[in-house]
Amino acid sequence: MSTSAKPAWTPTEMMTIVAARALRNDDVCFVGIGAPSAACNLARLTHAPGITLIYESGTIATKPNVLPLSIGDGELCETALTTVPVPEMFRYWLQGGRISVGFLGGAQIDRFANLNTTVIGPYDKPKVRLPGGGGAPEIATSCREVFITMVQGKRSFVDKLDFITSLGHGEGRDHRARLGVTTKGPTRVITDLCLMEPDPASKELTVAAMHPGVTREQIADSTGWRVKFSGQIADTPPPTPEELSVLRDLHARTQAANAAQR
Amino acid sequence: MAQFLSLAEAVEDVVRDGDTAAFEGFTHLIPFAAGHEAIRQRRKNLTLVRMTPDLIYDQLIGVGAVNKMIFSWGGNPGVGSLHRFRDAYEQGWPRPLAIEEHSHAAMANAYEAGAAGLPFAVFRGYRGAELARVNPNIKSVTCPYTAEVLATVPAIKLDAAVIHAQKADRAGNVMLEGIVGVQKEAVLTSKRSLVTVEEVVDDLGERSFNACILPHWTITAIAHVPGGAHPSYAQGHYKRDNAFYEAWDDIARDRDSFKAWIGEHVMTRGPEAFAPYARAAGAGRVA
Repeated sequence: MSTSAKPAWTPTEMMTIVAARALRNDDVCFVGIGAPSAACNLARLTHAPGITLIYESGTIATKPNVLPLSIGDGELCETALTTVPVPEMFRYWLQGGRISVGFLGGAQIDRFANLNTTVIGPYDKPKVRLPGGGGAPEIATSCREVFITMVQGKRSFVDKLDFITSLGHGEGRDHRARLGVTTKGPTRVITDLCLMEPDPASKELTVAAMHPGVTREQIADSTGWRVKFSGQIADTPPPTPEELSVLRDLHARTQAANAAQR
Repeated sequence: MAQFLSLAEAVEDVVRDGDTAAFEGFTHLIPFAAGHEAIRQRRKNLTLVRMTPDLIYDQLIGVGAVNKMIFSWGGNPGVGSLHRFRDAYEQGWPRPLAIEEHSHAAMANAYEAGAAGLPFAVFRGYRGAELARVNPNIKSVTCPYTAEVLATVPAIKLDAAVIHAQKADRAGNVMLEGIVGVQKEAVLTSKRSLVTVEEVVDDLGERSFNACILPHWTITAIAHVPGGAHPSYAQGHYKRDNAFYEAWDDIARDRDSFKAWIGEHVMTRGPEAFAPYARAAGAGRVA
């Protein structure tokens, strides 16, 4: 461990660890690729060994030894309790209401935690055509609640989305209910700077906890709207030595496995 | 009744100009060799369907074989964007590309509806999602029992389905194992189908009573193409060649380097070069 004043972890490690802490041992979690996948597996390897991780490729209760490169890696299938066809995954397991937490990332998010992974610029004349929604539109509405994890910056935390790929809290307040959606939607947004939660009434994302060493100015400068802070902001507890070592071992195993494949 | 053909004969028979076709696979068992054969045979005016179009669709789009793509997630999995897809859609090179975009749930339901012989799929989806605004094929229906409003999309109906599988027996029954995606549905909703396989065996051997099997009478043509899914993976045979997926990001970024790659690795090589190429590229062997 470092003895200098500089934290002995990176902002991304802090983000992954806070995201992992949000998961419970009895959760059934639909895992998005990238940052969510690292967080979900860190949870499984630390405080939530009983968690059920599900990837949209059809793998149920998968326990990958290394982080997958994609949502359809052989590692996910080999270590899963079972692998079901993709239509069954979306019909029975997701639409059927079996998932407690959907864990998503995105290219853009707005103050009501709506997400864009489709396009930057107009849909028909895009500046940047992104890969698209994949499973996200229905993950966002069918899981009992949704956690989102993204690196925070003005280009990703925007005042107005170019496209609403998946519904967060829409225009706020009871918009989800008015659209006939009965699930909670995004309840936490975990970034490399802070934890945001929707205000209970307005549903606007509000800073609920700040990570060690992060200032309010930093958060405001990294948000494309005038971000609100909760009246009682918590301090995110720093990473424990166990969290850091398990996360780093996981990344090291993943890198070694990928290098061996070359 | 499945006919055993060479890859060239099989693609000629199954995939035709102007077809609505799917070269399906969900990260696993992507039929790359068959896609390359379609490029060599200069197929054109295709409408390509796929949940997760990746490198082989980037290549088909880049050579100008595709008029329209129906999809739900178009990227280089684990790496980033599809540059040939973006160039076609954003700049119209080498020809304009129309798109019809859905969510995974919609596509999976639409494949299943097609396999089930239904005209459309119904599901709880697209609520608050903007795709419903830009895709006129996304509609809704009111449940006659509960009055719940549900999303609908047309069933996927294919002229041609192309998939890759681990094995076929000599009668032409095909078995898929691992992540099976929507391949069974794609074959069952197609007029013509081609399955490329890693191996042809006397007997499919010991298997689960519930193994994913396509009976020979559901398939038009089978071609024995070991390594036919490279650079994707075939569970039990070889791993994903991730270095190639990363390398593709540079190859496809530039029109000239893309054309050079297609010229060298697809146009001047037959399918017989595929397995050795897969091995030479270092596709990890199963221990």
